[in-house]
Amino acid sequence: MTSPVAGGVDCDLHPAVPHLTSLLPYLNDYWRDQVTTRGMTDLVSQSYPPNSPISARPDWRPAKGKPGASLADMRAQALDPFRVSFGICNPLFGVQMVFSEDMADAFCRALNDWLAKEWLDNDARLRGSIVIPVQSVEKSVAEIERCATDKRFVQVLMLVMGDMPLGKRAYWPIYAAAERLGLPIGIHAGSSYHNPPTSVGWGSYHIEDYVAQAQAFQTQLTSLIVEGVFARHPNLKMVMLESGFTWLPSYLWRLHKFWRGIRMETPWVDRAPLEIVRSNIRFSSQPIDAPPEPQTLNRLFDHMQSDELLLFSTDYPHWQFDGDAALPEGMSPALVRKIMIDNPLATYARLKETVS
Amino acid sequence: MNIQFRERAGEASSADAKSHDAKSPAKTAIADCDIHPVRATATELYPFLAKRWHEHLETYGKHPYQGMMEGPPYPKAQPNASRRDAYPPEGGPQGSSLSFMQQQHLDPNNVVLGVLNPLATGQGIRNHELATAICSAINDWQIDKWTSKDSRLKGSIVVANEDGPTAAAEICKRGGDANFVQVLLLSRTAEPLGQRRYWPIYQAAEEVGLPVGVHAFGFGGNPITASGWPSFYIEEMVGHSQCQQAVLSSLVLEGVFDRYPRLKMIMIEAGFGWAPSLSWRLDRNWKRLRSEVPHVKGLPSETIREHIYWTTQPMEDPERRDHLFDVIEWTGWDRLLFATDYPHWDFDEPSRVLPPGVSDANREAFYLGNAKKLYGLA
Amino acid sequence: MTRHVIAPVDELPPGTRKFLTIDERPIAIFNVNGEFFGLLNRCPHQGAALCEGALIGLAQSSDPGEIEYTRLGEIIRCPWHGWEFDIRTGQSWCEPKRFRTRAYAVNVEPGTSLVKGPYVAETLKVSVESDYVVVDL
Repeated sequence: MTSPVAGGVDCDLHPAVPHLTSLLPYLNDYWRDQVTTRGMTDLVSQSYPPNSPISARPDWRPAKGKPGASLADMRAQALDPFRVSFGICNPLFGVQMVFSEDMADAFCRALNDWLAKEWLDNDARLRGSIVIPVQSVEKSVAEIERCATDKRFVQVLMLVMGDMPLGKRAYWPIYAAAERLGLPIGIHAGSSYHNPPTSVGWGSYHIEDYVAQAQAFQTQLTSLIVEGVFARHPNLKMVMLESGFTWLPSYLWRLHKFWRGIRMETPWVDRAPLEIVRSNIRFSSQPIDAPPEPQTLNRLFDHMQSDELLLFSTDYPHWQFDGDAALPEGMSPALVRKIMIDNPLATYARLKETVS
Repeated sequence: MNIQFRERAGEASSADAKSHDAKSPAKTAIADCDIHPVRATATELYPFLAKRWHEHLETYGKHPYQGMMEGPPYPKAQPNASRRDAYPPEGGPQGSSLSFMQQQHLDPNNVVLGVLNPLATGQGIRNHELATAICSAINDWQIDKWTSKDSRLKGSIVVANEDGPTAAAEICKRGGDANFVQVLLLSRTAEPLGQRRYWPIYQAAEEVGLPVGVHAFGFGGNPITASGWPSFYIEEMVGHSQCQQAVLSSLVLEGVFDRYPRLKMIMIEAGFGWAPSLSWRLDRNWKRLRSEVPHVKGLPSETIREHIYWTTQPMEDPERRDHLFDVIEWTGWDRLLFATDYPHWDFDEPSRVLPPGVSDANREAFYLGNAKKLYGLA
Repeated sequence: MTRHVIAPVDELPPGTRKFLTIDERPIAIFNVNGEFFGLLNRCPHQGAALCEGALIGLAQSSDPGEIEYTRLGEIIRCPWHGWEFDIRTGQSWCEPKRFRTRAYAVNVEPGTSLVKGPYVAETLKVSVESDYVVVDL
């Protein structure tokens, strides 16, 4: 087993909102009453059915309540074993699924306040991602600006399956705000289900939706690159979270091949797609969609032609690995250091700032 | 000293000026598993289509699962999405002339087996009766214009796939006809292709002993990404890879190959570079989530390895050929079917797609052997 | 370098191109707005007849959505994969370091300076009033 090195960053942790009522203290009077008077109980996304094996590793599943709802558990099961200096919290709570932008905004604000108060305040290692109501670009920008004053927020969080492709220019004020504030955009697996969860319609199964996440990351990467997001915002970094990464090399070969022939359609793409990925895109390490033997993965790392793309993650409490085997077999200590420490610190500039 | 000086009244063409080609050595025999025959005129299909549909088409048109009767919404990279040098000298769009196809492609490239995949058929048309009629007409047209005139060419049975039983009937009708070597579906359908409404198609294909090809494109009414409609044609082109991954996942996770164990399927024109990573992802998640899909009996990667073939075009083109060889090893040299996509613009020139360093056995399998075996023409 | 006489200038008006084989090399000569260019008619990518492609301008962008379109008619798109080549230099736009096609210097020579003899094709009418398109190979 490859040992982790101390002092790293876990770039994908999922603190769970126990219940919609947990957010009540963070809602204003109107929304608090809306929730109670209309009988809203919880926002549970099909992306992670609570009892699905993916949603929690058996030994991380508490006897009662949602996996990931306990800070004590997160410390004992993720932060301490991997001896990280920082853990970035990416709350997955179905706020993006409601269709009212006002309601989504209220819930996002409450969620971000809840995260700060009940998690970031209680463990100095923890950092947060700002969840935004993507249905309204204006409200999203406002929420980014509001939360960014708290330096413990280090990223803006969006879902990989949303209302429209992420490269679309309507979203660009969000990217401008993030770039201006030095915040990467984290794009996480999961869907708002406002569109069918695959490129060919609605599949039948949870496993099908989950496997399809990788394809969604691929189409989103195409969108972000060819729409020219990084031509307009060269300093903006985006982190693909829980995306898998072993599809990346062959995906880039195809994109590159077509770009050479249809360059004139998107002439602002003036660098090869691989170069854009190297400069602006990162991937959290879990899940690793590869066979267990190290040779294959080492070949894949060679195909990727960069050791700067991966950022360490456990994806706690999702079940992606057993025991402490968060890092693949046969990884050199130098590469472990890069993935656990150097690459995340280079990506999340705010991690280097002291927070009071 | 040799000057050839060419005057040409109409369109400039370099066809006559290519004296260098006449001196090229004889090329290896190849299979081309993705050729697109095209109608020269709108009415070319009429002899095979009942009269009532002539008037219907002229009045109401085709009515597909996307808005444009003439378009398309993602305009192509070249006219008719085809090579600009593939216009037949007698007129008509690229791919509409058998003689020119022979002259420009089949003969000089020594294509000994050419699989026809007609697009722009009844597939993806919302009026199911019309869809059925056009598909049947296209199948007749393939025989009349192409396969009966050039024995190297073999057709694909196109079916109005959104209704399983009607589609199955067409397959059973054509099964056993040596003009056809496969059933053809498009990848973007109303529901993912593994779903039960399409099972009669697979049942019929298995019964008549034909593989089923799934070709990129089509419209089924769904946005072409899981996050809505992208802006650019390049996104559609790259996106065929993701569509095909979703199709394959659906086929595997719905247990289509457990249900129809003799069925073989071909992923056409979506590349194959993604095959290993998708297989690994399916395996990992099936091991974890298999209780949700008890009808999926075995490891997805093994199912894929046993039942799935891939046409090569557009050929993966990494900078380093050892990377390409890795991916082919992981996919299987015995699973690849060479294709050019003639006359489309992203045509793969046969002599240029494989870098040096391939064994003779693998080269033979890649260019011809696998196709002959799969299509029962060995 | 050998000079080859191609045609009288007025037989190759602006917007036209001529295909020829010289020393077994397929080439095409273009007249773009009165200027003459010669290219090897073989795309360095997969060997397509490059010179049958469409001539367009150069699309560049300093900001997504904004297009600066210049050099109309000076970019040739390969008829197959659409790769863009600069007709003046043969340089490809996507991978300038890796791919370029062979460009040939093309000049218009006044009739009186032509070298007479075996380099003149029989079908050509030599006249002192006509200018000739001549290519160096």
